[in-house]
Amino acid sequence: MYDAWKILVGLAIFLGLFTFAFWMNAGKAAPVPEVKIDTPEIKKMPEPERKCVEDKHFMRTTHMQLINHWRDQALRDGNREYVNKKGEKYVISLQNTCIKCHSNKKEFCDKCHDYAGVSPYCWDCHIVPPEEPKEEPKGNEL
Amino acid sequence: MSMNRREFIKITGLSTLFGLAGKGAFELLRPGVLDAAEHGHGHGAPAPEEPAEAAIRWGMTIDVEKCSEPGVVERCIKACHSVHNVPDFGDTKNQVKWLWEDDYEHTFAGNENEFMADHVKALPFLCLCNHCDEPPCVRVCPTKATFRRPDGIVAMDYHRCIGCRFCMAACPYGSRSFNWFDPRDALNQKEYNMEFPTRMRGVVEKCNFCVERLAKGQMPACVEAAPQALAFGNLADPDSNVRQILRKRSSMRRKLELGSKPSVFYLV
Repeated sequence: MYDAWKILVGLAIFLGLFTFAFWMNAGKAAPVPEVKIDTPEIKKMPEPERKCVEDKHFMRTTHMQLINHWRDQALRDGNREYVNKKGEKYVISLQNTCIKCHSNKKEFCDKCHDYAGVSPYCWDCHIVPPEEPKEEPKGNEL
Repeated sequence: MSMNRREFIKITGLSTLFGLAGKGAFELLRPGVLDAAEHGHGHGAPAPEEPAEAAIRWGMTIDVEKCSEPGVVERCIKACHSVHNVPDFGDTKNQVKWLWEDDYEHTFAGNENEFMADHVKALPFLCLCNHCDEPPCVRVCPTKATFRRPDGIVAMDYHRCIGCRFCMAACPYGSRSFNWFDPRDALNQKEYNMEFPTRMRGVVEKCNFCVERLAKGQMPACVEAAPQALAFGNLADPDSNVRQILRKRSSMRRKLELGSKPSVFYLV
């Protein structure tokens, strides 16, 4: 191989630059977000009865499909009642069911969405309750 | 029995010419079979499904003389626009309207009766989406963002609207408005109806006959604001309140000649 050392040095520089993003950020993984469910509406429910429309695991993994399904059900099919796996009935509405309890968008929705790098456009139209700055210190006591 | 290439092409060419080969031959010998096979139904083309007679067709009657009483029109518009977070940009160019007031000449443009009684000509007319039985806006929508529900309400799915404004061009009543700006810029955050969404910039919006209130068993907001002037009910039921009113009172509908079959009736 002619000019072996020039080629090897060039390759090393290229690889260094190419993998820059990896070694620059090595060991700096963003912490897994802890979502907060300490809204007034949820606090009203006694501890053992705190539940969402479906179980926690289902909501974590499938809420996007559920919300999409709810949208089509309510808007296009005119069916505004959801029956969950346990047979309990809920009103299909993002603003009147989901956000009634999860009124802390910043601490609930945004935390995970930012972590996952997704930006759903729900809030372009659906109204988020104003998160009063007065209450924040109380909520962040932990 | 041999046939060379040249002969084969001659025979197929001639038979096609006389309609004995290809699709034409199929049509001649076994009419309808080929089409049916292409559509995957097997035994002849089925008749298109006839829509069953609808059980519900929501409609509204507007008593124009009672609407002229002071404050009635304003009260209805305010009720509608506050319930649905309709922005007020303060100018007609960017205006977003679900329910609005217009004069006789514009409401009944084209088919106006030039010898209509003077007092009717001077009345204010409440205008809204007519929730047509044959809605032209639905026919032109390329994304099916606007659609006719089985109960006759012409609904909008803002998630699907791409803001092409074909529906605005198609609607003969001017019932649709485009959001040139973010509607939240013109809304007071403190006066939001938290139970209903706003819209976003770039979508078309219009009256939804209070479909979200009907689902809860409530009357439309405008009817609730002026029950003496407006009535809402099922046009498909011969004994409903609106049908009884329409049997007794003579009514007008907007631009009937277009065949869109509006569901809003003006009682005169």
